[in-house]
Amino acid sequence: MASVEFKNVTKSFGEFTAVSDVSFDIADGEFVCLLGPSGCGKTTSLRMMAGLETPTSGHILIGGQEVTHLHPKDRNIAMVFQDYALYPHMNLADNIAYPLKVRGEPVAQRHARAKQVADVLKIGHLMDRLPSQISGGQQQRTSLARALVYPAKVYLFDEPLSNLDAKLRLEARGFLNHLQRDMGMTAVYVTHDQAEAMALATRIAVMDQGHIVQFASPIEIYRRPATTFVANFVGNPPMNLVEVEGAQVEGKLALKAEGLAIAALAMTDAIGKALAASGKLTLGVRPEHLGIAQTGATNTITAPLFANENMGPESLVTIDRGDSARVTARIFTDDHLDLSKVVTLRFSTEHVHLFDSTGKRIPALGE
Amino acid sequence: MTTEPIEAKPKKVRNFALLSNRAGAAFLTPAGLLVSVFVIVPFFWVIFVSFTNRTLLGRTALNPEFVGLANYLSLFDPATFFQRGQFGFSLILTTQFVLASALLGQALLGLLLAWLIQTVPPWVKRITETFVIAAWILPEVVIGFAWFAFLDRDQGTLNMLLEGFGLPKGDFLLQQPFWVIVVFNTWRGAAFSMMLFNSAFSSIPPSYFQAADVAGASSWQKFRDIGLPLIRGHIVTDLILITMWTFNTFTPFLLTNGGPSYRTELVSIYNYRVAFQDFQFGKGAAVGVIMMLINLAFALVYLSIGRKKKVR
Repeated sequence: MASVEFKNVTKSFGEFTAVSDVSFDIADGEFVCLLGPSGCGKTTSLRMMAGLETPTSGHILIGGQEVTHLHPKDRNIAMVFQDYALYPHMNLADNIAYPLKVRGEPVAQRHARAKQVADVLKIGHLMDRLPSQISGGQQQRTSLARALVYPAKVYLFDEPLSNLDAKLRLEARGFLNHLQRDMGMTAVYVTHDQAEAMALATRIAVMDQGHIVQFASPIEIYRRPATTFVANFVGNPPMNLVEVEGAQVEGKLALKAEGLAIAALAMTDAIGKALAASGKLTLGVRPEHLGIAQTGATNTITAPLFANENMGPESLVTIDRGDSARVTARIFTDDHLDLSKVVTLRFSTEHVHLFDSTGKRIPALGE
Repeated sequence: MTTEPIEAKPKKVRNFALLSNRAGAAFLTPAGLLVSVFVIVPFFWVIFVSFTNRTLLGRTALNPEFVGLANYLSLFDPATFFQRGQFGFSLILTTQFVLASALLGQALLGLLLAWLIQTVPPWVKRITETFVIAAWILPEVVIGFAWFAFLDRDQGTLNMLLEGFGLPKGDFLLQQPFWVIVVFNTWRGAAFSMMLFNSAFSSIPPSYFQAADVAGASSWQKFRDIGLPLIRGHIVTDLILITMWTFNTFTPFLLTNGGPSYRTELVSIYNYRVAFQDFQFGKGAAVGVIMMLINLAFALVYLSIGRKKKVR
């Protein structure tokens, strides 16, 4: 196991800059997820760690050793590919044992080790099959076994679960989480699925357009998203963002928007600075912090009902504020919600997030 | 369980007809006539002639006699079979030629080149492909004479180069005629094998090689364990095709005329000499029929492998 370090790494493909001046540290034993939409540079970053791409500039260190221009085979890393990259002409035993074969281990020894790993992953009984003769989930575990069969400094995962169906994905996710707890491996995991990142990572690097927007623990990212982009990307459904007009009234912050009623908030220096730049702020409230308002509620948002989806343990209630600016609430009830045409949702000011006109988070009082 | 009737085999779908049968036949007739006159009739004519003593001149030119298997027996006469300028000699020479220039030369060189251009930058790959294709599409005769000029003893490019390096000149066409045509045919045909293997390698998902890279495999290990096994089918196809082509090739005639003293007389050239220089049409036809049979054997092997692939 080893640490991974990026120092001002940039990667351009012609005119297009996939990764732009990215720096971060991943400590030994951490499980870091690179999270972002497609084209954000997360896979390129991973491939640079693997040595499958060479940075245009900057340095990459694994275990404190400079590897920027080292060939993948000299980096002692393991990688699981999105398409699994299993060799169709080899049976599972040979597929899993291949990294040991290239290291010159004798057949009996490497097959014994492959069987050992395969047994842990519950594919030990399939060792004579070809990859085409097993299911998608088993293929995924085979490619995982091939990565785990030899001791690597860092384990790299390139969207390994994205080709599985929803149920298998949950199962594999749980297994990966267990494996990480068991082995304490250093892992870098690329995904566009925020739930996967939240479930697996010790820290998440949220990426957008070649930059890391926020690099923090899942809880931190959930509680204090650094920008509206992060707020909108993490959470299911994502945070509701409402554009508001902010102004200082009698030493307090008053927010105004169509259908919004909110008590004035305490002023802070940060809010003052944001207001000085522009009064256009963004108010964020997570769907799980919204409820159906009773009469007399102070902090509310009102709009015509758009959708009312019962999901079993919860209901998703969406209201439409016009121009497809919608607000969704997660109501935790398994009862049917009988709603009228216009719905008022309530929230508490402690769950309010504020972002300035550039989309940056304004630290709340005491942050 | 309900007893649902087992569904009948789907009825044969009637093919969509672009033309009526009659119109189709009318359009096919000219091509059919041409093929009949220039391919099918000569095919049977050659078989017929091979059983006669027909010649260009003399008594047997007008009134050839039926001689049974005499032409074939004379080809396989054990007393002269292996002598220079005889059928057996040219057959063995052709076999050596196929082994050296097609299997070793073209296929191996093609495979090596195809593997090497997988790793170079795309623009180098594109330029290489362009040059290779350019060499491939040049007409045989042009290449034949270009090589003739290249190897000429007095004015040839190769000897000028050798002289420039202070090396002794050689008369390659006279001294090493067999290796000249081997090198020539390798150069001529390696492009095809290279392009075929190149496209075969390109069809392998790059992640296979990347996974091997990450696992620690060397270039040779990737070639042996992943590249080669995954293009096995293409290799078989390539070997059969180039064997057939090399077996039938006539172009070395342009370089060496089959000589000196029959040392480069491949069966196709032998056939040409017997039929159109010695004007023994009967014997020449017999050689042609035997070549046809050998080609048929190759073609059958090729087709059976192709069919097996489809079944899989």
